[in-house]
Amino acid sequence: MVVFDNVSKTYKNGFQPVKSLSFRVNRGEFMVLIGPSGCGKTTTLKMINRLIPHTSGTITVDGNDIAKQNPVDLRRNIGYVIQQIGLFPHYTIEENIALVPALKGWDRQRIRRRVEELLHLVGLDPAVFARRYPKELSGGQQQRVGVARAMAADPELILMDEPFGALDPITREQLQDEFLRLQRDLRKTVVFVTHDMDEAIRLGDRIAVMKDGELLQLDSPEQLLTNPVHGFVEQFIGKNRIYQNPELLPVAEVMRSDPATIYPHRSPERAITHMRQRRTDTLLCVDEQNRLLGIVSAYDLQGEARRIQSVGEMLHPAEPVLPLSATAKDALVRIAESRFGVIPVVDDHGKLSGVVTRGSLISVLAGRWKEDKAEVGS
Amino acid sequence: MNRGSLWEQIVQQLLMRSSELGLAIIQHIKLVAISMGIAVVIGVTLGIAVSRIRKLEGPVLGTASTLHTIPSLALLGFMIPFFGIGELPSIIALFLYSLLPIIRNTFTGIVNVDKSVIEAASGMGMTDMQILFRIQLPLAFSVIMAGIRTSAVINVGTATLAAFIGAGGLGDFIFLGISRSMDALVLIGAVPAALLALVIDFLLGRLERTVTPKGLKI
Repeated sequence: MVVFDNVSKTYKNGFQPVKSLSFRVNRGEFMVLIGPSGCGKTTTLKMINRLIPHTSGTITVDGNDIAKQNPVDLRRNIGYVIQQIGLFPHYTIEENIALVPALKGWDRQRIRRRVEELLHLVGLDPAVFARRYPKELSGGQQQRVGVARAMAADPELILMDEPFGALDPITREQLQDEFLRLQRDLRKTVVFVTHDMDEAIRLGDRIAVMKDGELLQLDSPEQLLTNPVHGFVEQFIGKNRIYQNPELLPVAEVMRSDPATIYPHRSPERAITHMRQRRTDTLLCVDEQNRLLGIVSAYDLQGEARRIQSVGEMLHPAEPVLPLSATAKDALVRIAESRFGVIPVVDDHGKLSGVVTRGSLISVLAGRWKEDKAEVGS
Repeated sequence: MNRGSLWEQIVQQLLMRSSELGLAIIQHIKLVAISMGIAVVIGVTLGIAVSRIRKLEGPVLGTASTLHTIPSLALLGFMIPFFGIGELPSIIALFLYSLLPIIRNTFTGIVNVDKSVIEAASGMGMTDMQILFRIQLPLAFSVIMAGIRTSAVINVGTATLAAFIGAGGLGDFIFLGISRSMDALVLIGAVPAALLALVIDFLLGRLERTVTPKGLKI
């Protein structure tokens, strides 16, 4: 949808807020640009609708080079939301939202229907708000109108420049949630600038971390949190954030990768010995290819050991099992339904990769507090 | 020579010169209206030009300020070698004298429109002209009107001096009164001039309130 190819912005005095930037925003993707102030994120955003012209490289929107388009036409097809909202104080809410459709020459009936639809969409009752003026609305309500106005002509692409940055924390969170809900239905392509990492993680499908006009890393929130490729990225994200967001922590981080296993043809006695050695009361039963077959528990073995020849005869189906793509949050949620307090983790081929136990969960998640302490002490 | 009390004199002079007074008022209004009309058109245009081409700020505002520092009587006199005497030089002088507040207020009104509103407007694909006429001018309207009102009040006062270069108007009475040491005549010219200034300011104020967009009055 939006492609940056080696794009730079150089001012006459030689200052370069953006340095040979290349990336692509896919259709329907929510892409967040983040970085400290002065990193070039807003410049990058404003180059997309030509509010700031780029000086080299090419930017294409929907396959068309924006430098070859009339900026006015380009902008009418791109939604734009800014932090200061910028509603027109002398226009009613209705007139504010109707602006782009009116510029595009929609007929009056169609505009009216669209305005009503949009006000409903952003949670404002048209009967109450359509005829009001911006000054009569709270900041949160005004930004809802700002979002509605950006979507008025149903653009494929929406640019948002810290749209929720000036709102109080409660309103901000509310609007983020509502926007996420809208986005799930509408699947617009969104480029969103923020300096708030929590917001970025919450909203973004992918996050681009920028510093000094360069793109340091462009990845999914999960990847960014677990594999920051750059010291700055790690520092900017903050180490603790990961533990506050177990849904972003891959399950591999909270599992033991050397689970105690046993082959199904082994004897019960051998299994019990193995459990003692490994100080565990469950064994994961696997075949020669390390594929998970089931779970053997110490309790069963003690009762039935005399009646059976091999552990394979008294396997419990392993339930639940998590794939490697699962997160620590999945493990936290599902450990409660696990009969033996363990969740085996398997890879794409069904092979055993590790096991999550209550102990492994606690020791990893508790690590957060240890690190906190260390940081305070240092 | 006993001319009676001031009040008696006023009554006497009014009776004697009522038709003359009516004509003088009309002439005065004419001078003000024409010079102000041109000043509003040119002043607002220049104000807009300066707000868009910032390089013009120094020369245009500088020239208008300089004109404003010339004493009004001198400016009127200055017109004579170029335009002779009568209405034309007076209107030109009054026009020049009225420009500064209008240019300055138009300029400040426009550049002080909330930047975020302009950014939103151009980000949504409004052309420069649409931004000017639909956003900047309506939002700057009350500031521009304040400039016009200031100009108009000054203009009414200055127009009394136009009598010096033969343009007529209420100034005729004042100068006649001064030269004959007749306070009554001075007042017959000065009081209507002052009232005229008040009335014009009042009317422009009403106009401003009527035209100001509703959303700005809340």
